[in-house]
Amino acid sequence: MDYTSDNLFVQMWQWLTAPANWEGERGIPMRVAEHLGYTGLTMLIALAIAVPIGLYVGHTGRGRVVIVSGVGILRALPTLGLVFLFVLLTGLGLMPPIWALVLLAVPPLLSGIYAGISSVDRAVVDAARSMGMAEGQILLRVEVPNGLPVILGGVRAALLQVVSTVAVVAFINLGGLGVYLVEGTQLADYGRLFGGAVVITVLAIIVDLLMGLLQRIVVSPGLRTPDRVRPTGSGRQKAVASAQGGTT
Amino acid sequence: MKNLSVRRARRRALMGLAGGLTAALALTACGANSDPQGDPQESAAAEGGSVVVGSADFPESQIVAEIYAGALNAAGVEATTKLNIGSREIYYTALEDGSVDIVPDYSGNLLLFADPEATAESAEDIVAALPDALSAKSPDVKLEVLEPSKAESKDALVVTAATAEKFDLTSIEDLAKVCDQITIGAPSTFQERAYGLPGLKAKYNCEPGGFEAINDGGGDITLNALLDDTVQAADIYTTTPSIEDNDLVVLEDPEDNFIAQQVLPLINTDTVNEDARNVLNEVSAQLTTDDLLALNREVSGEEKRNPADAAADWLAEKNLAG
Repeated sequence: MDYTSDNLFVQMWQWLTAPANWEGERGIPMRVAEHLGYTGLTMLIALAIAVPIGLYVGHTGRGRVVIVSGVGILRALPTLGLVFLFVLLTGLGLMPPIWALVLLAVPPLLSGIYAGISSVDRAVVDAARSMGMAEGQILLRVEVPNGLPVILGGVRAALLQVVSTVAVVAFINLGGLGVYLVEGTQLADYGRLFGGAVVITVLAIIVDLLMGLLQRIVVSPGLRTPDRVRPTGSGRQKAVASAQGGTT
Repeated sequence: MKNLSVRRARRRALMGLAGGLTAALALTACGANSDPQGDPQESAAAEGGSVVVGSADFPESQIVAEIYAGALNAAGVEATTKLNIGSREIYYTALEDGSVDIVPDYSGNLLLFADPEATAESAEDIVAALPDALSAKSPDVKLEVLEPSKAESKDALVVTAATAEKFDLTSIEDLAKVCDQITIGAPSTFQERAYGLPGLKAKYNCEPGGFEAINDGGGDITLNALLDDTVQAADIYTTTPSIEDNDLVVLEDPEDNFIAQQVLPLINTDTVNEDARNVLNEVSAQLTTDDLLALNREVSGEEKRNPADAAADWLAEKNLAG
């Protein structure tokens, strides 16, 4: 693409506003669709893995050490390296890179769900038990709704990580918005490189905002005022912050 | 209480210092690679009869640079190396400002770097066009290229022996006849580079049936895709050892779709004297694509040899070690 300026920001703008970049198989809308498709698939698989394990560990407290240390180890794995490793082991295809991304998404999900369940006030859980609720009822009617802000915090963190990291699948034959980063680097086309990065960033922010909205809608109104002074202190807020990967 | 807070403040100051030092170290580490102008002593030494051989930041370039330096030293021309300088933009600047005197380069890409509008494609035309392009690119410094070697390191379409036999392929012209049955594996940008899909269509009227973007620089993933027939032809560098290891067939390119990329020395005319040039020309006369492939295997393969050792062995084998 021919730019009329050497300025990186002008090139980025020209790349983003060129009509040719918004149409066809290699255009931005198609790449966004691919990107979101891989993100959705990754999240579905990761949720299917993390939800049962997280609920079990959160409710029973068994295997807590395994979860906490395992999550730490998983978080240290470099996703791009895993993508290449899995593709080398099993060949090209949709699933090898998706599994690499699943390994990225599981830790925040797992720690969010586990922390959410175990952050529920023990007095509330005991009250439910003394009212005659079965363990399954306690989990689904008391612990999950009460832990939902933290759990959704974990989901939100995982989703944000995945939607911004899905770009790595472009290194092999899957497409997605990462293609613009790969091509921009190879061609020294910095307008495309920068423009692609901007699209990914905007997409990630939009997805995160939508998750925030969902959090608002789904969480019970009774739990919605985190600034109210609770007898248990601000444990929940801390749990939310840590599950979202925030620093205090 | 007071004591405690003083101690804490002291600790904080120490940690700040440590952080600052780390940052400073990181900065100098970057500088070593990205700032070729930073070393005035080297250029002063160059004037005293010795030369500095630089290289780009990939193994093959380092090997050739070590070969140049080894041959020069063996012939009595004092040469030091400054390897891993960076991409062409960066080592070219280093040549211009005199911090290096000799860099191995590739004829076609050097021409396109010096003159992006250049249209030469064959080895001869490129070498003929290079002097004018270089003097236009940097009028203040006298840069020139010496005799090109037979060694070429460039993109090529590669197929397996089985595919070659099945479709009776020896050149891209043969491939063009069965193009619709072929899926090509190459980096994403192959779809728009002049030598990529546009070039194949324009020069050979070949529009492949499929395209898989694999961005590992013709590495193991590309190789596996080729071997398990996910793709039937792949863009792999001619000096990649996997070509030999897997009996792959490099398709000939009669229309020069992949422009020639002969390995040749790019030198600063003012600091490299006649003796040194003769030595470098002697090296180029002996260096072949197969040599480069074997050297790449030693350095980048399982052996992980030091480029200098691999270069020394090659020089001894060619009787250039003095």
